[in-house]
Amino acid sequence: MNIFEKIAKLDRRWIYLILAAVVVITILVKFESPLRVNPEVRSIFNFVEGLEEDQYIHFAMDYDPGSMAELHPMTYAIMEQTLAKGVKIIITALSPNGPGMAESAMLEIMDSVRVKYGRELIYGEDVVFLGYKAYPGIVILSMGQNYRLSFPSDYYNTSTDSIPMMDGIINYDNVEGIILITGTSGIDFWLAYANGRYNARLAAGLTGVSAADYYPYLRSGQLFGLMGGMLGAAEYETLLREPGDKPGPAMEAMRVQVWAHITIIIFILIGNIGYFVSKRKGGMR
Amino acid sequence: MKREIPLMIVFVTGLFMAVQFFVPHSKSEFVYEFVMEWTIIIGIFALALGIWSIVRVSANKIKRRAENWQYAIIILAGLISMPIFALTGGLESYMWRHFFNYIIMPLHATMFSLLAFFIASAAFRAFRAHSLLASVLLFSAIIIMLRFNPFLGFLGEPIGDLAAWILNVPNMAAKRAIIIGIGLGMVGTALKVILGIERTYMGSD
Amino acid sequence: MMKNKFLLFIMVLLVIPIAGWGQDETEPDGVVESVPPAPPTNLSAFDTPNDNGHSISLQWDLSADDVEGNLDFAGYRILRAESPDGPYEIRKDSIPRGTMSERDSGVKESDNQDYFPREKDFWYKVVTLHKNGNAESEVFGPVRAVGQLYNWGKTPVAAAVILFTVFTLFFIQKARAGAELYVRPLAGIDAVDEAIGRATEMGKPILYVLGLGTAADVATIASFTILSRVAKKVAEYQTSLIVPCYDPIVMTVAQETVKTAYYDAGRPDAYHEDDVFFVTNQQFAYVGGVNGIMIREKPATNFYLGKFYAESLILAETGSATGSIQIAGTDEVTQIPFFVVACDYTLIGEELYAASAYLGREPILLGSLKGQDYCKALVIISILLGVIAAIFNWDGFMNLFTVGN
Repeated sequence: MNIFEKIAKLDRRWIYLILAAVVVITILVKFESPLRVNPEVRSIFNFVEGLEEDQYIHFAMDYDPGSMAELHPMTYAIMEQTLAKGVKIIITALSPNGPGMAESAMLEIMDSVRVKYGRELIYGEDVVFLGYKAYPGIVILSMGQNYRLSFPSDYYNTSTDSIPMMDGIINYDNVEGIILITGTSGIDFWLAYANGRYNARLAAGLTGVSAADYYPYLRSGQLFGLMGGMLGAAEYETLLREPGDKPGPAMEAMRVQVWAHITIIIFILIGNIGYFVSKRKGGMR
Repeated sequence: MKREIPLMIVFVTGLFMAVQFFVPHSKSEFVYEFVMEWTIIIGIFALALGIWSIVRVSANKIKRRAENWQYAIIILAGLISMPIFALTGGLESYMWRHFFNYIIMPLHATMFSLLAFFIASAAFRAFRAHSLLASVLLFSAIIIMLRFNPFLGFLGEPIGDLAAWILNVPNMAAKRAIIIGIGLGMVGTALKVILGIERTYMGSD
Repeated sequence: MMKNKFLLFIMVLLVIPIAGWGQDETEPDGVVESVPPAPPTNLSAFDTPNDNGHSISLQWDLSADDVEGNLDFAGYRILRAESPDGPYEIRKDSIPRGTMSERDSGVKESDNQDYFPREKDFWYKVVTLHKNGNAESEVFGPVRAVGQLYNWGKTPVAAAVILFTVFTLFFIQKARAGAELYVRPLAGIDAVDEAIGRATEMGKPILYVLGLGTAADVATIASFTILSRVAKKVAEYQTSLIVPCYDPIVMTVAQETVKTAYYDAGRPDAYHEDDVFFVTNQQFAYVGGVNGIMIREKPATNFYLGKFYAESLILAETGSATGSIQIAGTDEVTQIPFFVVACDYTLIGEELYAASAYLGREPILLGSLKGQDYCKALVIISILLGVIAAIFNWDGFMNLFTVGN
């Protein structure tokens, strides 16, 4: 077996090892990759920038730990930016394994807003976490009528009516917009019910795999913004970044992703070279 | 008789649900929702069967000291302990939260992250230019992967446009063709099941 | 002389604006009279067609003051009462300017605060909202919401279903009469026997994964039918079968399917209940479980048939690493490429549904496939006609295919 035949039949464990090495090195070595910000990401940023103190947004975290790596950076970037402006957030988590993760993210973000911006946030006055209810379609529909139909009490079993910030907040009409971060096809319910039936303004952050399927909704105006996977999150962080700031988690991850892609392309090319050379040699024999 | 009754049930409910789709009246909506609710209720009861199944399979493994029977102990321990934590301390309890945050979450994320490595090895094996069609596939794959690459400089724009074209035109056309076929296939399968032509799911032909 | 004229001209130029200012300043402030707006006219309300009977549609002609650029004009409000004299309650508020139709709807559950009664008389008014006050339209009524028994908006779907059924039944009839029907061979199906045979030779089990679907998914139903045929062959060849399940109902059906297949093959003793078992209904935990089985048991053949999502490649690549022959099939379009690159054979979309007919080779099942093929030909013709219609703007043809809600 010559070298090219070996390359063509390379043991997959080498591929795993080299890819792991590339990932680890790009995580550890700090360098910057340039980024182009797309208009669909910018429009979400502009929406949040345009919010004023004491306005409300609905933040739907419909994902679970499985897609956390890709979607968490979006949640952190947007929620932090929103809370720092003094905008109030209603959070729901309609993925069965999501609520625990959503709650810890919320607490962490509240903490970091206090540290970074010196703004003391109080649960129930600045943020409320309504939690999880089964059957997302029905829940999204009912929240369009009244949040209390599906969530008579919040995640901590406090009656929704007794939460100060929910006073006078009936349904989607009272929020400036809905930011949905999801890794599932649950976005279809939000599009059909929250936006279609109740005309709520909706923007979405999706996993890279599913983002491509939802661009048509952006064109039809049913979504006012769209972030796809790690790239979308990295673009958002670029917009948020002040000169001298450290790159955000998605920008860091994007750097890894870009180099992982390059590695895979190199592997494909090597595989092809090995295949062609060994084929030609075989032909000459 | 053992066979005719289930077939009859399938025929009647299948036909009803097909007709219900065309009847907007709220009474028909009510029946539809009623059926859906029962589906959920049956599902919850079936979950008990599922749990019983995994308990039995794991217990048998431990009893027989089958290969790797130690894993079965972990399954049973997890299956029993998580509900106990949740029932005794609620979802706020220290134990439940820590098991969830520091075991379940990282495990899920790890399984999902394996995709990156598997995509690399699958791409290495699959994208070989051994024919014209395979070459087209290889070329498209590379263009799509280069789509977001920031190091392309002046090539970035045309490659981005080409990638968008590949996704929106040939890719979309192929997808739609497959979806149309799937739609017809679904109706065909449903029809065969309703009419009792396809009854293999009940066992014999 | 010339100089004087020029000076005079300059003075006049200067005086005109000054005079103008003077006028502005000396006149008292004019009080703007607040003129009430014009009401909307020609209000009509009618039962919303093709609905469940819990909504009324309204139409009206715009108020005369509803013009572009009139910033004092705030919009419209819909009022409803149970008698012409009231009391009227607000049903819709802040309807944007320029709107000429709106729907007043609610839910069918009478205990819900958004309940909209069916078959009850109502009277309606539409109000113009304006800075200088509001103006009400004439009362319209009585009108009642009625549920329809047929949704005319879905007629194209009904027509297609009927056409499809007729085609299918016609070919089934033809097949029953003994006509020879040709269907193109599918490599994945032809490989099933070979794959089971290989497992027998190697003395290794066969792994059958039904995917993440529920028993209500057509892909899962199709998978049951293939499982039945595979189980029968497995029983005949005396190989072992492992079926880890994601959904408890799917598990119950799969157990029944495998058990019956073993009985039919005359080997009821070979069936063990533990062969078809529940793992978990958490996506990645399930994948972990199935991958563990692959690595420990090293099955000779893996079948992945049903609904698959992000786990498709994690399963298929692990199976490829353990050296199994892999046959996959799914109707999840985004997952098909992953199976294609990592498996030996992939059934694409509808091929999964057709597999059972291929494996059984019964004329009746093949007949239904033929019906499907002819429907597909009709779809292709419609698409071509649609392209021509779009080029020449034949809206009538395109409207034939428009489906209402």
